[in-house]
Amino acid sequence: MKFPYTDIVLEHFRHPRNVGKIENPDGKSTEGSPACGDMVSVYIKVDPKTNTIADAKFESYGCASNIATGSIITELAKGKTLDEAKNITWKQASEALGGLPKIKAHCSVLAVEGLRSAIQNYEERHGLVKEKKPTTVEVVRQRLRKVINPLTGLSVVRTNLVQDIKVKDGVVRVLVDLPRDHQFAHTIKDEMVFGSAYPTCQPR
Amino acid sequence: MADRLIYLDNAAATRLDERVLEVMRPYFFDTYAVATSEFGYSQGIEAREALDKAREALANTLGAAPEEFIFTSGSTESSNIALKGVALALGKKKGKHIIVSKIEDFPVLHSAQALEKQGFQVTYLDLDEEGFVDLAQLRGSITNETILVSIQHANQEIGTIQDIETIGSICREKKVLFHTDATHTFTRVPLDMKKIAMDLVTVSAHTIHGPKGIGGLCIRQGTQIAKWMDGGFQEFNLRAGLENIPGAVGFARAVKLVTPKETKRLQEMRDHLINRMLAEIPHSTLNGHRWKRLPQNANITFHFVEGESITLHLDMRGFAVSTGSACFSRSLEASHVITGIGGDHERAHGSIRFTFGRYNTVEDVDAVVQALAEIVEELRSISPLGKKEEKEEA
Repeated sequence: MKFPYTDIVLEHFRHPRNVGKIENPDGKSTEGSPACGDMVSVYIKVDPKTNTIADAKFESYGCASNIATGSIITELAKGKTLDEAKNITWKQASEALGGLPKIKAHCSVLAVEGLRSAIQNYEERHGLVKEKKPTTVEVVRQRLRKVINPLTGLSVVRTNLVQDIKVKDGVVRVLVDLPRDHQFAHTIKDEMVFGSAYPTCQPR
Repeated sequence: MADRLIYLDNAAATRLDERVLEVMRPYFFDTYAVATSEFGYSQGIEAREALDKAREALANTLGAAPEEFIFTSGSTESSNIALKGVALALGKKKGKHIIVSKIEDFPVLHSAQALEKQGFQVTYLDLDEEGFVDLAQLRGSITNETILVSIQHANQEIGTIQDIETIGSICREKKVLFHTDATHTFTRVPLDMKKIAMDLVTVSAHTIHGPKGIGGLCIRQGTQIAKWMDGGFQEFNLRAGLENIPGAVGFARAVKLVTPKETKRLQEMRDHLINRMLAEIPHSTLNGHRWKRLPQNANITFHFVEGESITLHLDMRGFAVSTGSACFSRSLEASHVITGIGGDHERAHGSIRFTFGRYNTVEDVDAVVQALAEIVEELRSISPLGKKEEKEEA
């Protein structure tokens, strides 16, 4: 039989690790993709003495790559310091799974974002967030980095789809070079509008 | 891993019937000339005769004359010829307005969108939640500029069968051409050009255990349609290209092999599947109308779980099905059919389509129900959704 995924992905899909909720978690988050409809919740327990992740669990309402990434990201996070865990990238998660199809990037990036948001949630609840950053062009650019063009598997910022960003009077304007009949126009637009403007966007 | 594939995706493709291959074989190895060569040598005449015979049989099935049926490479091309051919013939003469439904299959929908770019106006008709077009809206949308209405006979995903008799009468009364995509109903649901006021009908062999790469378009005598596949003078000078003689012969044979008895058997499998799934798997909803649907189609949403995860689990156990989930689609968009009938993203996310064919049995249905019950339960156990609802019910 032939499958569109690597053996490691299939293994994690069939037997996902760290599934479920943590009762009284120290940090939790729910990330949803308005474009594809997938959703993932991440729960963490933190050891305050070492500032490391003592336990991590996830739940997924998503496709195979979403489930497999939830499984691997919680495995990778355990035992790491908060700063280390925050910096785990989609690429690292994908590599640990033996590679994911490019077109599946945005289903799987959710789990990576979910872990970061759960850590952020912990930091906010424990007064570890210094100050709220004002929205600047750079902040918007950072946020847009997580919107991935499914054709290339690269961020829309890196592939020059995003041509210009303006922030004025509380309004963010992003100029995107994307033909209306582009195969993924709808997906990319949805993710830009909903996925990046609100970091903890709830699925509809 | 399963030792046998249980194929329940017969709307996408079907296994070729050996009896079809048998009649096609001589036209690959013995009579391999094309009909175009009929004035050159005798093999050409034999090819012409085979093509004519196949054409006559297919036209007959639709209640049409042989001159009203052209062969194409499949339903995609047929629907392209219907929409673009009529647009080319009448766009300048009569008007530039076309009406389609929102849940048409891509050949019709994307042809309409392509025509929009060429300056045509397109009305996309709304559907009710079971997938029926709004007939009052159709009537109200037709103007003096309207040249064509294209509404499918039955839907490719949710199986809903439209009232094309009434739609045809409305179009006839308003003097507008009517095209219907009958890819999924052809031979399974009665369809007669003499009884229904339709001017163009798209059909294909790939859904009825015939070969891939052959389809047809039935064009009522006198319909204004222009040729845009240029080349030779084949197919009454409407579609250039060498005739696919083995395909045409196989298509005609495939049609003859479909019997009402077989269709009834498919319908029994469909009903058995729907009844068992809805009764035995909690939080499952049927998509489309319960009875006015394709005899070979069932489409069910399993809430709180995602469709591609279901199809992959089923695949590992040896079942082939399809889903309307965005994760499954090439464009990463949720099924335009489920959203077109007012379903939300969530409804498309966990929707699974089962389509039956000649080689399925009722045992296959029982096996897939059993497998799905287990898979859905397993996936729900890792889903953040639905736990509260289930508890409340228990």
